[in-house]
Amino acid sequence: MKFAVVAFPGSSCDDYLYVLKEVLKQEAASISHRDTSLQDAQCVILPGGSSYGDYLRPGALASLSPIMDKVREFAKEGGLVLGIGNGFQILLETGLLPGAMLPNSSLRFVCRQQTLKVENANTPFTGCYAQGQIIQMPIAHGQGNYYLDPASLKKLQENNQIVFRYTDEAGNATEEANPNGSVDNIAGIINQGGNVLGMMPHPERSCEAALGSTGGLGLFQSAIEFLAERVKA
Amino acid sequence: MWKAEIRITLKEGVVDPQGKAVEKTLGELGYSQVEQVQIGKYVELVVNTPQRAEADRQVDEICRKVLINPVLEEYTYQLVEVL
Repeated sequence: MKFAVVAFPGSSCDDYLYVLKEVLKQEAASISHRDTSLQDAQCVILPGGSSYGDYLRPGALASLSPIMDKVREFAKEGGLVLGIGNGFQILLETGLLPGAMLPNSSLRFVCRQQTLKVENANTPFTGCYAQGQIIQMPIAHGQGNYYLDPASLKKLQENNQIVFRYTDEAGNATEEANPNGSVDNIAGIINQGGNVLGMMPHPERSCEAALGSTGGLGLFQSAIEFLAERVKA
Repeated sequence: MWKAEIRITLKEGVVDPQGKAVEKTLGELGYSQVEQVQIGKYVELVVNTPQRAEADRQVDEICRKVLINPVLEEYTYQLVEVL
C-alpha cells in the first residue's frame, strides 16, 4: 500500500481515498486508529474532520490512539506523514510538530477559498510547486490559530520549516489575509527532518477544477514523485 | 477514594480569544473596571485508591499526559477525600 489514511472516530477519510484512488490512480486504503500496524504504507495521512468531536482539545484524544505509537516510529524512521486540518492538530498534540492551536481569533468557524504562498518548495510534499508560488485551497476550521512561543518561532523561521503562509494574491502575508490569527500567517509547517508536514488548508478538496480550485493537486503529486524517486534510490 | 478538582488555565502570554471577547462585552455592559478575563477548564475525577500519595501521582500524570497541552496550558488541583 502506498498511502494509508488513518480513520479516527469523526475523520473524513473518504475525501482522501477518493482523490488518491479515483483522481490520482494511487494505491490507498484506510486503517483504523485501533490498528497497531501501518502495514507497508509509504505515506501516512492523518485526515481532517473532528476526531472525537474535538473534545478536550482538537486532536488531543486521537493523539493517544494505539496507531499513533506506530506513526511516531514511522516518522522517526523518515516515513512521510501528512496531517491536514484536524490531522495537523493531531501532529501538534503528539509533539511530532511544534506549537499548538487556539480558537480562531474571530471566534468564528471559517470556510472559504484561501490564498496561500508556497514558502518552501524543497520538501517531499511541495517539490512540484515553484518557490513562492501563489495557490488557492479551501480552509474550513474553528481552531486554526497556530501558536508558538517567540523563541521557537524564530527557530522555525531559521530552519525554513514554514511551508505555507496565508497571503493576499500578491503574496503579502498581511493581517487581512490571515483568516484565523495564526502567528506569522502560518498555514503549514514541516518538522526538522523534513518528512512530517502539517497544514490547516485542505489540498484534498482542491484537486478538481469543479470544486473551485486545484492548488492542492501539486501537494499529492509531489509526494507521489518523491516516493517514486525513493523507491528507485 | 480521592476526588481531584483540577483547574486548567492558559499560560501567561498566550492570547485567549474567548476571554478577550467576554472582556469586550463586559466593557460594553459598563463593567469598566474589569480586565484580564481568562477562560479555562475545570475537570473533576475520582481515583479509587485509599492512598493519597498514589492518587496524587496518578492525577499529576493524567494532567500532564492527557488533560493539558503544555504549549498552552498549566494546571493546579486539590485532592478531597471521598468517604
